Amino acid sequence: MRARTLPMSPGTAPPPRAAASFSGDTRVTASAGTLPPGMFFARRSAFLTLACLLIGSVGAFLLALRAGSLDAGWGDVFAVLGGQVDGTLATVIRELRLPRAVAAFASGALLALAGALMQVLLRNPLADPYVLGISGGAAVGALSAILLGAATWLVDGAAFAGAALAMLVVFGLSRGDGSWTQSRLLLTGVIVAAGCGAVVVFMLVMATDTRVQSMLFWLTGDVSGASRPWPALAVLVVGVLATLPFARDLNVLARGELGARALGVRTRRLRLLVYLLASLLTATAVTLVGLVGFVGLIVPHLVRLATGNDQRILLPAAALAGGGLLMLADTAARTLVAPIQLPVGVLTAMIGVPVFLFLLVRHPR
Amino acid sequence: MSVTAQPLLEADGLAVQIGERWICCDLSLRLMPGERLVLLGPNGAGKTTLLHTLAGLREAQRGEVRLQGRPLAEWPGRELAQVRGVQPQSQPDWFAATVMETALVGRHPHLGRWAWESSDDLRIAHESLICMGLDHMGSRNILTLSGGERQRLAIASLLAQQPALYLLDEPLSHLDLHYQVAVLAHFSALARAGAGVVMVLHDLNLAARFADHVVLLDGSGKMVSGTADAVLQADVLSAAFGHPLRRHVIEGQVAFLIE
Repeated sequence: MRARTLPMSPGTAPPPRAAASFSGDTRVTASAGTLPPGMFFARRSAFLTLACLLIGSVGAFLLALRAGSLDAGWGDVFAVLGGQVDGTLATVIRELRLPRAVAAFASGALLALAGALMQVLLRNPLADPYVLGISGGAAVGALSAILLGAATWLVDGAAFAGAALAMLVVFGLSRGDGSWTQSRLLLTGVIVAAGCGAVVVFMLVMATDTRVQSMLFWLTGDVSGASRPWPALAVLVVGVLATLPFARDLNVLARGELGARALGVRTRRLRLLVYLLASLLTATAVTLVGLVGFVGLIVPHLVRLATGNDQRILLPAAALAGGGLLMLADTAARTLVAPIQLPVGVLTAMIGVPVFLFLLVRHPR
Repeated sequence: MSVTAQPLLEADGLAVQIGERWICCDLSLRLMPGERLVLLGPNGAGKTTLLHTLAGLREAQRGEVRLQGRPLAEWPGRELAQVRGVQPQSQPDWFAATVMETALVGRHPHLGRWAWESSDDLRIAHESLICMGLDHMGSRNILTLSGGERQRLAIASLLAQQPALYLLDEPLSHLDLHYQVAVLAHFSALARAGAGVVMVLHDLNLAARFADHVVLLDGSGKMVSGTADAVLQADVLSAAFGHPLRRHVIEGQVAFLIE
């Protein structure tokens, strides 16, 4: 009846110019009906970011092979990658630096990906892979094994078992009566983590000096002992591939559960999948390198600032950035104060804390 | 306007309960394409719960809701989202995004699993933003929007979904007078073009002007439903809202005055 005279139009026709007067500011876009110019550009620049991260990761990888107490040139690095096998330098690069670089990449990427997933699952940009107690469970498992003087592979196994156990406990308890709210999940995770923390301190007090050293290295995160990184790399590839089909669903879920259901997203199934996947990724990473901190929190944050919150770009970009960053950090950790090797977790925390505080100050939300 | 034989939305013997409390016990309704249904009632009467039940986001204790003749339970989620759109009550945003990206979220059910938004989707989202007067701020961060702008963006996102049935939960919250009328006029225009609209409103005068049918919940499980003229009577409304009201007709328009 009155719609004719109002500035809004039902279909495709652009509204009369009068509509602009209600917005109160000048119009930036061209005539109505043309496409917004920023959109395709935004996607292209996001893919560009992805390509840059890929190149950066390859660069960090090559640097990790080259840098160290035994001097190597780029020629040596490429020769080893090309298949050269003889000579001490080649052995050092192939047997020591290569697995270590791969371990750093895999664990950094796993943590960043898990962190990005947790942030969507808990709809909280400040969530990280450890927030639901998985790290606590892994720490209790690993430290028990170290306390008993178990072999390295047993420490790894115990860490993974501890992580899986913590995940099941948190999941089981927070499901409870079938409702599965964020706050309940978060609270259960935090409480389980706190309990594990107490057990960890207890074990540190009970341990002998030599074992305390390796316990502390495990707790801060250390890549030096990671000699078998390939399974973790496989888990990473599976993880990235598994998230991609659901990436747009995650975009919708990040905007709220009810709205996501209204748009046809099967949120229960999706949240379960995200929870299990993030847990598996985290457990794999901490099993490989211990509790490397801040990568899982900072990297998704930084990437989100660069690419926006589209999970189709964010998830693979976070994985690449996390992997590249941890490779760089580990290279620095073993060369900065050589011959002393720092645990890489110390470096990520030392870089991560100021970066994070800076972000908090700049972006109050 | 030709009216097709099949109703868009039907409810039969619907009984809805929150906890121990009954919202409605035996609600039957039938919404044809082109019709607007308004849900009214005091705070906590269960308007949102009833809307969610009609949207298929929540199961009824008894009875059945059918969309285009097919029970809601039988609709696959994505197909359902292509035909009926829901605008939930406003809620906070947790992550930064642009206004355009947020409008594009409405295109989600129309895109295949691996598809990216096409230029058609961009055009539709852009037109939705134009409808809500937001097209000039397509690249703005949603965390910087005002309450009214966020509400208009939520509606724009729903418009981009292009469903046949619109379910709106308090679409006018945070909106100033001009946009309140403009939003309702826009959905009325969509209804004239064949859509169905169900909305939760608070303003009786706007309801009187923009409703074809009204379901009035009184919060105690009792309910009145019927044509707008039949339900929007002073005695019925006064009883439901617990406050005396007078009904006047001024220049052909129904207006309610609070005593």
